[in-house]
Amino acid sequence: MSDETAIQEQVKKFIIDEFLPGEDPDELTPDTPLVSSGILDSIATLKLVTFLEETYNISVEPHEVDAENLDTLDLVTNLVTSKR
Amino acid sequence: MNLHRMLTESAKRHPEREAVEHPDGSRIRYAELDGLSDRLRDRLVALGVRRGDRVGVYMHKSIDTVAAIFGILKAGAAYVPVDPTAPASRNAFIHADCEIAAAVVAAEFQAGLADEFAKADFSTRLLVVDADDGGLDGLLRRLQAEQDAPIAESVDTQPEELAYILYTSGSTGRPKGVMISTENATSFVSWCIATFEPTHEDRFSSHAPFHFDLSILDIYTSLSSGATLVLIPSDLGKEPVGLAKLIADRRISIWYSAPSILSLLCEYGRLEEQDYSNLRTILFAGEVFPVPHLRKLKEALPKPRYFNLYGPTETNVCTWHEIPETIPSDRAEPFPIGAVCSHLEGIVVDRAGREVASGDEGELCIAGPSVLMGYWNLEEQTQRAFLRREEAEAVDENRWYRTGDLVVAETPGVYRFVGRLDRMVKKRGYRIELGEIEACLYQHEEIQEAAVLAATDDEGAVTIVAHLATRDGQKLSMIKIKHFCSEVLPLYMVPDAFRFHEALPKTSTDKIDYQTLARQD
Repeated sequence: MSDETAIQEQVKKFIIDEFLPGEDPDELTPDTPLVSSGILDSIATLKLVTFLEETYNISVEPHEVDAENLDTLDLVTNLVTSKR
Repeated sequence: MNLHRMLTESAKRHPEREAVEHPDGSRIRYAELDGLSDRLRDRLVALGVRRGDRVGVYMHKSIDTVAAIFGILKAGAAYVPVDPTAPASRNAFIHADCEIAAAVVAAEFQAGLADEFAKADFSTRLLVVDADDGGLDGLLRRLQAEQDAPIAESVDTQPEELAYILYTSGSTGRPKGVMISTENATSFVSWCIATFEPTHEDRFSSHAPFHFDLSILDIYTSLSSGATLVLIPSDLGKEPVGLAKLIADRRISIWYSAPSILSLLCEYGRLEEQDYSNLRTILFAGEVFPVPHLRKLKEALPKPRYFNLYGPTETNVCTWHEIPETIPSDRAEPFPIGAVCSHLEGIVVDRAGREVASGDEGELCIAGPSVLMGYWNLEEQTQRAFLRREEAEAVDENRWYRTGDLVVAETPGVYRFVGRLDRMVKKRGYRIELGEIEACLYQHEEIQEAAVLAATDDEGAVTIVAHLATRDGQKLSMIKIKHFCSEVLPLYMVPDAFRFHEALPKTSTDKIDYQTLARQD
C-alpha cells in the first residue's frame, strides 16, 4: 500500500468512526464533498485538523482550514503529503 | 343550543334516518339513538348524577359510546372520554382527578379500572357495558327490571357550564384536563356548520378517537345536520388498504383526520382501485401535512375540496385554509394554517406579549367563545395559558389564549405556522426551527416519516437528531442524506445524527410521538 493510500484509509476511518458511525464505508469515496455537504461542520472540521496534526506530526495553518483544502478525502490526503 | 339538543332536534326532523353506523354492521336511527340516550340519562339521574357532575366514558368507539355521551350531556353532566388503549392506571388517574360521579365502562376494562381505583382509594359508580351481553340497551333493560328509573328532564345547561373535559398529555408527564364549556363547543360546531354546509345526505367519517378534539367536529356537525356518522374503530383506522376500501364502500362524503393517516392512505391504500365519487370534503388537522404527500393525495383524489384546519384542544379549530385546486410543482413549504375562524379573534405577540408588526413572527393568541374555560384543578397552569393581565391591557380586555405556536402573517390575516415555541433551539448561536429541517427531509423521495429533535450532549452542546422511517424500510446513507439536506438548508441546520425506524412511534391520536423519541435517545 502506498503512503498516500494508507493516509487516505486512515483519514477515512477517522471520519466514519467520528462523524458517520454506522455508515457504509463504500459511500465515502475519495471525492465525496465533506465540508460543503454538511458532513463536516465547523467543529468537526477542527477535530479532523487536530487528528491530522497529531497523527502525521504536521502543522495546519488557520487559513488552510477551509473547504479548498479539506472538502474531499483526496484534498485532505494531498494536504497531508504536501506537508511531510 | 345545547349539544344534546342537536341530536334531539335531528331526531324530530329525521327519526328514521340513520344516525350512526359501525363497520361491524351495527347501525342506529336518530329516534333510537335519542331514545337510548334518554334512558341512560334517566339511569344516571337515578344513580344520583347531577347537573355539573363529571361522568367518565371508558369504551372503544361504538354506537353505545355515542349514546353514552349524549346520555351524560342530557343529564346536565360533563363527559370525560378517556383513551381506551391507554394503561388503566392513567385512566383511573383521570377519573379520580376530576372526581367523576359515575363512569360508563366497557366490560373489558372494568377489572383493570377497579384495581387501580382500589390502589388510589377512589370509588365511584360504574355502569358496565358488555357488548356480548346486549350492550348499553341490555344493561339499561336489566337495571330497569331491578329498579325503575323515572323519566328525567334533559338539562339545558347555561353557556358557561362544563360540557366535556379532554385530557391531553401535560409537559410534566401528568395528564391535564382541558375544560370545554357548552358555549365553547357549540360556537365551534356552529362555525363548522356554516363553513362546511353539511346536509342530511352527508356521511361523515369518525376517524379520531373520542378523547381527541377532532371528534367534536365529527360527532356534532354530523348529528346536528341529520347526516350519518360512520365510526372507524382504531385498529382499522391505521390499516390503509382496509381504510381506503371503507371510505369508498361506506360512501364517506366528509373526511376528517390527522394528515399522517392521509399520507398512509395515499402511499399504501391503492386508492386507484376504489370509487370515491361521494367524497366531497377532506379536512385535516393536528400536524403539518408535508406538501409532497398532499400533492400526491390530490393527484389520486382530485375531486374533493381540501381544508387545512389548525387549533389546539384548548380552542378547537381556530384557523383554517382551503388548499388551492392545483399545487404548484415547485411548492415545498407547507400550506398556511390560514385565517382566524369567524367566531374568534387572533393576535400575534412577541415574548413580552406585545403585538408584533404585520409580517413579523410571533406567538398566535386566540380569544372568543370557543376558548377553553381552563384546566381542571390546575389554577396556575390555567393562568399561564393566557396572556398576563398587564400584557393584555396593552391590547384590550379579551382573554387571549396563548397557543404556544409561532406564526407569521403571509398576507394580512393569513397565518403560516412557523413552529412550536418550544421546538426552537439554538445551536452555536444559530436559531434553528426543527420543523424546517423536517420539511426538508420530507422532500426526500425515500423518506416516509421524519421527526427532528434536539439533544444536549455531556458538554452542553446541542446536537440535532433526525429520526426517519423510509418507504422501503432500508437505512439511507448518512453521507447522501446530509448532502441532500445541505442543498436546501444552511449547514448549521443539517442534522448531526440519524436514527432509522421501521415507523415512527405515534401517540394515541396518531401524531408523531416526540416524547417517546426523546426518551429513546
